[in-house]
Amino acid sequence: MSNIVVDKSKVPWWVSNVIVPLVNLTLALLVSGLFVFIAGENPIEAVKLIIYGSFGYIQGFAYTLYYTTNFIFTGLAFAVAFHCRLFNIGGEGQAYIGGLGVFLVAINLSFLPVPIVWLLAIFGAFLFGAAWAYIPAYLQSKRGSHVVITTIMFSFEAFSGILGIKIRYSPLNLTFLLAIASLFFVWFLVWKTKWGYEMRAVGHNTQAAIYAGISPHKNIIIAMCISGGLAGLLGVNEILGVSHKIQAGFPAGYGFTGIAVALMGRNHPIGILPAAFLFGILYQGGSEVTFEMPNITRYMFVAVQGLIILFSGALENLFRPQIESFFVRRLNREVNA
Amino acid sequence: MEFLSDIASLINSTLRISTPLVFAAMAGIFAERSGVIDFSLEGKMLMAAFVAAVGSYYLGNPWLGLLLAIIVCVCLSMLHGFASVTHKGDQVVSCVAINILIIGLTTALAAAWFGQAGLTPTLNEDQRFLEIHLPFADALRDIPVIGTLYSDILSGHYIFVYLAYLSVPLVFWVVFKTSFGLRLRAVGENPSAVDTAGINVFAMRYKALAINGVLIAFAGAHLSTAVNANFFREMSAGRGYLALAAMIFGKWHPKTALVACLLFGFTDALQIRLQGVELPAIGEIPVQLIQAIPYVLTVVLLAGFVGKAIAPNAIGQPYIKER
Repeated sequence: MSNIVVDKSKVPWWVSNVIVPLVNLTLALLVSGLFVFIAGENPIEAVKLIIYGSFGYIQGFAYTLYYTTNFIFTGLAFAVAFHCRLFNIGGEGQAYIGGLGVFLVAINLSFLPVPIVWLLAIFGAFLFGAAWAYIPAYLQSKRGSHVVITTIMFSFEAFSGILGIKIRYSPLNLTFLLAIASLFFVWFLVWKTKWGYEMRAVGHNTQAAIYAGISPHKNIIIAMCISGGLAGLLGVNEILGVSHKIQAGFPAGYGFTGIAVALMGRNHPIGILPAAFLFGILYQGGSEVTFEMPNITRYMFVAVQGLIILFSGALENLFRPQIESFFVRRLNREVNA
Repeated sequence: MEFLSDIASLINSTLRISTPLVFAAMAGIFAERSGVIDFSLEGKMLMAAFVAAVGSYYLGNPWLGLLLAIIVCVCLSMLHGFASVTHKGDQVVSCVAINILIIGLTTALAAAWFGQAGLTPTLNEDQRFLEIHLPFADALRDIPVIGTLYSDILSGHYIFVYLAYLSVPLVFWVVFKTSFGLRLRAVGENPSAVDTAGINVFAMRYKALAINGVLIAFAGAHLSTAVNANFFREMSAGRGYLALAAMIFGKWHPKTALVACLLFGFTDALQIRLQGVELPAIGEIPVQLIQAIPYVLTVVLLAGFVGKAIAPNAIGQPYIKER
């Protein structure tokens, strides 16, 4: 039981924002190693393969960045909604619909010059993703239907709608830069604008926000639409990038990983970037592992994501008081000496 | 006469399809009435399906598989409690973590142990639950109406179907007619008052979660050792979320939740029935559209066309003793 009381103001920022997340991540990876062992493979060999697969050769590294791009989008998507205390776990469906937006632009407007098509595709992806998130947002704010259920239902609906659309288009992929730009965009929006402040106020204390004249309804809608739009941008990377098609049936994929990325990165763009990179490594390195180790499938990495969400999200207070009080005591001793 | 037998088979499959939803909704009532959100019904159902199938395959007895599933599901519920009751972590995050963990783990282990893409080996007749034919079902079949009712609708279900519908009055009795139920509801409405009365809030929530684990295990076992003869990946297919929606729709009440479950079950049964059927004026509806019907219905119902649902007052909030 965590009965240790720590004075939050005395805890250095790097203890709560770097050390504690790293301890939680280590715990998650240790348990993951146990699962790999149960599945009948050597966890240390698996780690070696992951590192080789994600850094060992140029194409592997390119793929690592490609996945990182996806996870920045879905991580940001979850984080933006989370600041408004909304659980957008339907990033998966919003991404597919966003992909549909890209697809429609690419098919219908391909006579335009390439840069313009790109811009329109990005716009289309954002718009479609946002639109798909609008309905759960409306239902949450007006009707109180929990977004966890509605967004996941909307994912199921998205999957059933658009199976098997294929397209070939530009292999060039500048989406990574778009992802970096999105990081700045979200940071600015959430922490530097009036709207960002209002949204966080609604998330922290809805009653107080209403009292201050802030409309929860409006903020929930905007937060979810931006969240859905960011998830939709993943479609740009998927379709104009590597696979050139909308792939349905990639179960528990990028959308869910976004939750892990956001929680690990403590819902801040600065944290989301390294977290997305880490998952990029896990994904790309993971495909190397599944290739070399017959007993390990992609799903093992879905389980790893679950563990990371568990340890860095739900169980984040498991060792936090102990670690923080340890450092506070040490620093006090140094001051007193 | 063909119309009548169509209706009978539709009701029959509604009862069967609703079964896991009913178990899950009852499980959800226990957790949420005690103030703990449980979105992890989905993951637990999937895990129960996996464990029941694997256990029954190795031990040769579906009852032992069910027992194992119960043990594992109670453990998962305890994990949820450990994170969200003891360590006061975010309850929704804890549920999402469990769901994703289970989706990955079940499929990964099935692939590692059995070498097929997320499948467990097919169970033979000794290793799974079989349909129960009520006495005189065949003899009474030819009597009009009563025969259809008894032989085609009531008879010939798996044991879980009967258990599910028996569980509803039982849950009602426990939650609303016993002192345990009174405490359970009080813990979800006003934990500090319950604490003042000398009842341990944490212990009550853990007990509620334990019952939740037992009930959800039945739902999973129904899927993998009764209706199907093996586990396949993501076989719960959103049923945990549907059940939760049904529970909310039923206002955290066993009887109304049952009605909602039956409604979802009926839509699904109808959906299966409609596949490939030519409808007058519309023609054949694409299969993807038909399959989306239950999910659309969930959203529509949740949109509260029957009035706003009022959740237990303290739901989602970890209890902190002595602020």
